[in-house]
Amino acid sequence: MYFESLSAVWHMDGHGFYVWLAYAFTAIPLALTVWLPINRIRQHWRWLQAEQRRAASASSGSANEAGG
Amino acid sequence: MWTIIHKMGSPPWFFRFSGVLVRWLLPITISLLVMGAFWGLLVAPPDFRQGNSYRIIYIHVPAAVVALAGYYVMALAGAVSLIWRIKMADITMRAAAPVGAVLTAIALVTGAIWGKPTWGAWWVWDARITSMLILFFLYLGVVALFEAYENKTAAARACAVLSLVGTVNIPIIYKSVDWWYSLHQPASIKFTGESAIDSSMLYPLLLMILAFYCLFALTVLLNMRAELLWAHRESSWLKQLAGGA
Repeated sequence: MYFESLSAVWHMDGHGFYVWLAYAFTAIPLALTVWLPINRIRQHWRWLQAEQRRAASASSGSANEAGG
Repeated sequence: MWTIIHKMGSPPWFFRFSGVLVRWLLPITISLLVMGAFWGLLVAPPDFRQGNSYRIIYIHVPAAVVALAGYYVMALAGAVSLIWRIKMADITMRAAAPVGAVLTAIALVTGAIWGKPTWGAWWVWDARITSMLILFFLYLGVVALFEAYENKTAAARACAVLSLVGTVNIPIIYKSVDWWYSLHQPASIKFTGESAIDSSMLYPLLLMILAFYCLFALTVLLNMRAELLWAHRESSWLKQLAGGA
């Protein structure tokens, strides 16, 4: 470990602002590029399963609508 | 060899295979990123001339390296889709474009933030920085061009041509620091001969480069899965999967 205290980590001898700003500008977009497609997959998947249930209940007739 | 390529072109097979891959890649990528960032930010010694601002290298260089490598992936997929009209190649190309754009933007922004304490300027119209900006517009161009066309087959072909033409830019970026007088420092890591960087700084950098490669693979696969799910929502194989789950 190079730094001796948390405030030294934060200040980084006057460069802390630049370093932490750069890491923030990296972490946020990267988290979004991973999260957005995962969210899209989840939505598509939910839509597919709902569609399956709709198809199943339609084929089994109106008497058995709760099933599926 | 050919059977693997053949399988890759089959959406049901790819969907199952990429599902397994993603489940492994996600935790691996996150732990590599956390380890690399911890090492680079807190453990590695400061640079004797630049002080602590050099720690930006651990995100700036990996983002730039993978942004360049990602362009080859996109252009290669574009070529395959153009020549053999393989739908999966077209999907790969379009999945890589936004990821590449984000990585190039990160390289540009972190470079600007690094430039301020080091060169005294956020931005200079330097050969390498300008050619990286062109790379950013090429990635965005592929994303925008696909959206611009009504006919998606024509759109995919136009995107493939654009990404292939854009490969001209890649060697220019690599060589820009040697060809032109530049503020940007030349490469410190060399495959032949000794690297101009101490191992205490080199190892966390290599770790972060590996982490960014994993991240690129992960996000491209995730984008492809999202695209496949929607494109094949009427297919029987997907309905079976959704019904069984």
